[in-house]
Amino acid sequence: MDAIFIIQQTILFTIPLMIVGLGGVFSERSGIINLALDGEMVIGAFAGAIVAKLVIASNPALANAQWLFLVCLLISAAAGALFSLLLSFAAINLKADQTIEGTALNMIAPAIVCMIGLLSFNSERIFSGANFVILKSSYSPSFQQAFDGPMGWFFDLFFNNIYISTYIIVILYVLLSVWLYKSKIGTHLRACGEHPQAAASVGINVYRMRYLGATISGALAGIGGFAYITTCAATTAESSVGGLGFLALAIMIFGNWNPLFIALGAVFFGFLKCLGVLSSQISWISAANLPSYFYNIIPYAVVILVLILTRSKSGCPKAEGIPYEKGER
Amino acid sequence: MSEAKENKKPLYRFVRTPFARSTGASLISILIGILCGFLIMLICASFANADPGEGFALLLAGPFSSKRYAASQFGTMLFYTGPLILTGLSVAVAYKTGLFNIGAPGQFLMGTLGSLLVALSINTTGNRGLGILVWLLAILVGIVLGILWALIPGALKAFFGINEVITCIMTNWIAANIVTWVFSARPDLMNTGAGKTGYLIQPSVTGNYTPTLGLDRLFHSGTYNSYLDMGLILAVLLAVLMWFILNKTTLGYSMKACGYNKEAARYAGMKHRFYIMVAMGIAGGLAALAGSLYYLNPNIELQWQSVYQELPSYGFDGIPAAFLANCNPIGVIFAALFIRYLSASGTFLQKAGYNKYFADLIIAVIVYLSGFARFFRERIERTQGIRDKLGVSYFGYIGWKCKRFGAKFQGCFSSKKQKEETTVTKPSDSQSEEGGKK
Repeated sequence: MDAIFIIQQTILFTIPLMIVGLGGVFSERSGIINLALDGEMVIGAFAGAIVAKLVIASNPALANAQWLFLVCLLISAAAGALFSLLLSFAAINLKADQTIEGTALNMIAPAIVCMIGLLSFNSERIFSGANFVILKSSYSPSFQQAFDGPMGWFFDLFFNNIYISTYIIVILYVLLSVWLYKSKIGTHLRACGEHPQAAASVGINVYRMRYLGATISGALAGIGGFAYITTCAATTAESSVGGLGFLALAIMIFGNWNPLFIALGAVFFGFLKCLGVLSSQISWISAANLPSYFYNIIPYAVVILVLILTRSKSGCPKAEGIPYEKGER
Repeated sequence: MSEAKENKKPLYRFVRTPFARSTGASLISILIGILCGFLIMLICASFANADPGEGFALLLAGPFSSKRYAASQFGTMLFYTGPLILTGLSVAVAYKTGLFNIGAPGQFLMGTLGSLLVALSINTTGNRGLGILVWLLAILVGIVLGILWALIPGALKAFFGINEVITCIMTNWIAANIVTWVFSARPDLMNTGAGKTGYLIQPSVTGNYTPTLGLDRLFHSGTYNSYLDMGLILAVLLAVLMWFILNKTTLGYSMKACGYNKEAARYAGMKHRFYIMVAMGIAGGLAALAGSLYYLNPNIELQWQSVYQELPSYGFDGIPAAFLANCNPIGVIFAALFIRYLSASGTFLQKAGYNKYFADLIIAVIVYLSGFARFFRERIERTQGIRDKLGVSYFGYIGWKCKRFGAKFQGCFSSKKQKEETTVTKPSDSQSEEGGKK
């Protein structure tokens, strides 16, 4: 039982949750309720897995190629972004009810995955055969020696049994959060979620900003989806991502639409989520002999409890879910 | 102003009612959705070995895809419709009160849990009268559990202002784990037959199943009875009841008022907290009844072992059923029937080289298009407005449209051409007419 194990278990869930949660922020801050996060994750995971499967089928030696991982992440981001255009078009141009559209996209995504999977690969699951984990044994012998040195725990934590997606997502998360709050476009985008008419009055193109927000949201959800199946589901895409998109939505509300709190919330939730695994390894807890279902319930129950205790002022964007109409006051 | 025109014909007046307009909008989205489905089939036929013509025919035939078992398939489709109506109602009633009940899967599961625990624990085989009493008790226990479960997000929303979406999602997963947990501790309820792992026994084993009223034999193909029981009748009655409550009672009026504008409702002296709780309670009861009725059918058995990994699709399917019907309780009946009709073709699509997910995809596309209802409604309104103004038939309208398009097209080449022609007949009084009626 060591700290490194706990951290790496926590990260498994934290990373996809936080990046998808940030996707939710981008969309909702621009004024569009993105219930379709789950569907966008499914589509992203699906696109990435198909590309990985096709490439690996032509050259099995690439099953652990990190550049392929990067390409797959990009593809899944593009797929998620494209898919989210369906939502943006309906919500922005046709002023449709965003809750309905989000629900519809959540139904379309698994149907597409299973349909194409059955038609082309004869299976509802797409097993890509990729394994992008980086282990200690993959480094050069001289670097491997560092693991046994006095700073061994450091190398163990950051270089052994890791996925590059973790680092990419953390960097992306920080950059995009800062961009959303400090840049000109980011500020414009947030203004469109608070008061689009006021934003339009100073010359901001609300439609464009909302498209931007929803598209970034889709791309991030796509990345999150592929990162999730790589780290938690043996790079196998299927019709669901275990409700993670909805969880990310919940974490986003939990984090009060604020990237910093969302990251903290995701870490918190990720830690609670791995309690079940940890409990079997700590003798006095496993002595209580509680079933795994108990530990499964804990994260959800604790989140509700924390919500009751903290219930701060809502950071919910004021104009979220309301279609913008030109000339309306 | 246009009073004279209003008294033309019953049909003329009917197509201009808000009801006809929104129904028309729904029909347009269904038609476009089915066309999209055909298009998708054509595209897929290009890379898979499939026959789009046969596939489309099978899809439209729904439960009648199988000629030999058409009757029993149809009855079974009706059975599956019942719980869907109830979950759809659950979402619709909550949505009318301004709540998005994404917690229907959890409430569905709590209903299942309560009902099955009662119905499977008490053995009344041989005594049908007692069996029906226990069945009633099972349904009631399920409904009470569902109401209590839905009141958790309801109370959190009403008293702490916590977003109901997040608490519903959390309580869904808690419910799923509780169900598996409870049944894992009851090995006496498990079906230990050959090839069965993780299944509970059927309610018919203990004799406490839903009365079929002979409906299962009514729809039969040879020796195969359908699954239909009285659950469908209950669901339809409840839909009518919900329509009555929402549209004809003070309670429903206040609930809708809280949904439209919470602050205004409060200002008018309505206890919005109370109505949020009532709406969630009703929603929870309906979703729980769906679970109870589904699993108390003599032919259905619960796969309890995997419940905690994936939420039941019935709960989520209620959302499209409600939205397709524009959250109208009576509309939910037809929306649910339509969804089940399309998905009934499911497995038969394999005959044409497709699979059941095509039906799912088409339903999803239709739900996507149903979100455009407002756009379609406005289109219909505008078309009718222009027709009133010009005083022409529908074909006359098309001619006017073509002429206008031609003028626009010419305008592209000779930009100096005046735009008067195109703007002179813009309708504006259709809106004010609407407002006047209200």
